Amino acid sequence: MGIAGAGWPTLLYKELLRFWKVSFQTVAAPVLTALLYLLIFSHVLERNVSVFDGRVRYTEFLVPGLIMMSVLQNAFANSSSSLMQSKMNGNLIFVLLPPLSPLDLYVAYIGGAMVRGLVVGLGVFLVTLYFAPSLLAMPHPFWALAFALLGSAILGTLGLIAAIAADKFDQVSAFQNFIIVPLTFLSGVFYSIHSLPPFWQSVSHVNPFFYMIDGFRYGFFGLSDVPPAMSLAVVGACCLGLSAFTLVLLHRGWRLRA
Amino acid sequence: MPPAVEVINVARRFGAVQALAGVDLAVAEGEFFGLLGPNGAGKTTLISILAGLTRADTGTARVLGHDVVRDYRNSRRKLGVVPQELVFDPFFTVRETLAIQSGYFGLRRNDAWIDEILHHLDLTAKANANMRSLSGGMKRRVLVGQALVHKPPVIILDEPTAGVDVELRQSLWGFIRKLNRDGHTIILTTHYLEEAEALCGRIAMLKAGKVVALDTTQALLSRFAGLTVRLVAERVPAAWQARVLRQEAGIFFLGLDRYADLEALLAALRIEGIAIGELALQETDLEHVFLRIMGGDTAGRAAALAPTDALA
Repeated sequence: MGIAGAGWPTLLYKELLRFWKVSFQTVAAPVLTALLYLLIFSHVLERNVSVFDGRVRYTEFLVPGLIMMSVLQNAFANSSSSLMQSKMNGNLIFVLLPPLSPLDLYVAYIGGAMVRGLVVGLGVFLVTLYFAPSLLAMPHPFWALAFALLGSAILGTLGLIAAIAADKFDQVSAFQNFIIVPLTFLSGVFYSIHSLPPFWQSVSHVNPFFYMIDGFRYGFFGLSDVPPAMSLAVVGACCLGLSAFTLVLLHRGWRLRA
Repeated sequence: MPPAVEVINVARRFGAVQALAGVDLAVAEGEFFGLLGPNGAGKTTLISILAGLTRADTGTARVLGHDVVRDYRNSRRKLGVVPQELVFDPFFTVRETLAIQSGYFGLRRNDAWIDEILHHLDLTAKANANMRSLSGGMKRRVLVGQALVHKPPVIILDEPTAGVDVELRQSLWGFIRKLNRDGHTIILTTHYLEEAEALCGRIAMLKAGKVVALDTTQALLSRFAGLTVRLVAERVPAAWQARVLRQEAGIFFLGLDRYADLEALLAALRIEGIAIGELALQETDLEHVFLRIMGGDTAGRAAALAPTDALA
């Protein structure tokens, strides 16, 4: 028998194996969805929309938004569906019986969500390069990576919170459809917020998703609606706050340990 | 040496239901211990508290001296639990299921022991089959295997043979007996009282969240020593009403202290002109003990709670 170590690497491995075994549905499908968005929106809007004062083509502008949207939605989907399925099937008990600490659970579930988000995001990037090859020459790749990591961690955490709180699958769907999707769509995936009326511009500034996407886009163009350091601060603070909140929930065993 | 399991004044309430109302229990290392009681008596709640799945409102629970809340990492390493529900993760094969469970305990190179578990549970041929494709009995065996991956010194089985066919039940018990002989402490809940009688050295009976009997199986049987008469008749003599243990559709079960009482019963039947349909004598078994204790037999309960057992 091997020497006892930490249990979280195995839980992370299980999380990865879980989505990888159904990768057609968990990776290929969202890449296709993003591609369809790109084809339709760029076809309709390429000639009509000007972004960053015409310095960037609309299709090029759209691609980082779609990548980030895919990263965020899939990170959320991974942690929420994994935990929810385990709760509903009753097999969550296999995770609750071993000596896994709240931090172990958090690291493994969020790690799995981040990897799924980043794999899908990378898939979207590769597929869409054909339509916007200039994006390969991104000036600030580490800024983009930082926002992808933080964004996927935040959405993975939100997915975990939703699944912890929910009793049924449709409650997780409601969380996704009424909170995650609107915040994503209204964050500037498809447009620059400078094209919005002043009122909606200020509304966008309280949407943390806006900072994730704006900061991510900075990595590709060196241009953004707000300074990237400010976006990083907002996104980093959100990540820390939500992580701390989730660790408290896990520590208390809220809705997981009766 | 701390007891394998120690429960001190543990209480737990779910809304209006007092699932456990102050339970005290100690199980020594190496015991084969039975936890019996009707549905809703609190057995699963007690197991859940020991496993860290549920938290007690008050009281303390320890596994080999490790507090299940404050020192949960050690208490869970010492404990293997076979849950009552037939649950599985449909994404994985049998071998993956066991390897993953092992990894949760930090044991990532555990193939030799996993092979042994597969062999003992007769699952080797199904090692690479997906969990979904297994029969109910096989899934049950995988659950037993999952509880054993980290070689826990204390093993709790919550109704492991519910819905399992006779042949499998026998082989499962053979394996669990072997684990007990090898030094593992076994705690078992079951609805099959003949199983508990055959396997358990000591038994606790729970009723409405309280321990109502705690003694060696032998002592429990002898406390209620005597005979049971199975009588088919339209009624029992008036003076014998108090001796009816239970009654089902014209069949009366009456408790006798000694063979001589039979004569008195027959006389009473003759005097009252009651025709005997059938009459049979049975030795007391655990089922009768159980029914008398659960039925609130105060003499039996007082006797059963007398502190004669080694650990009380």
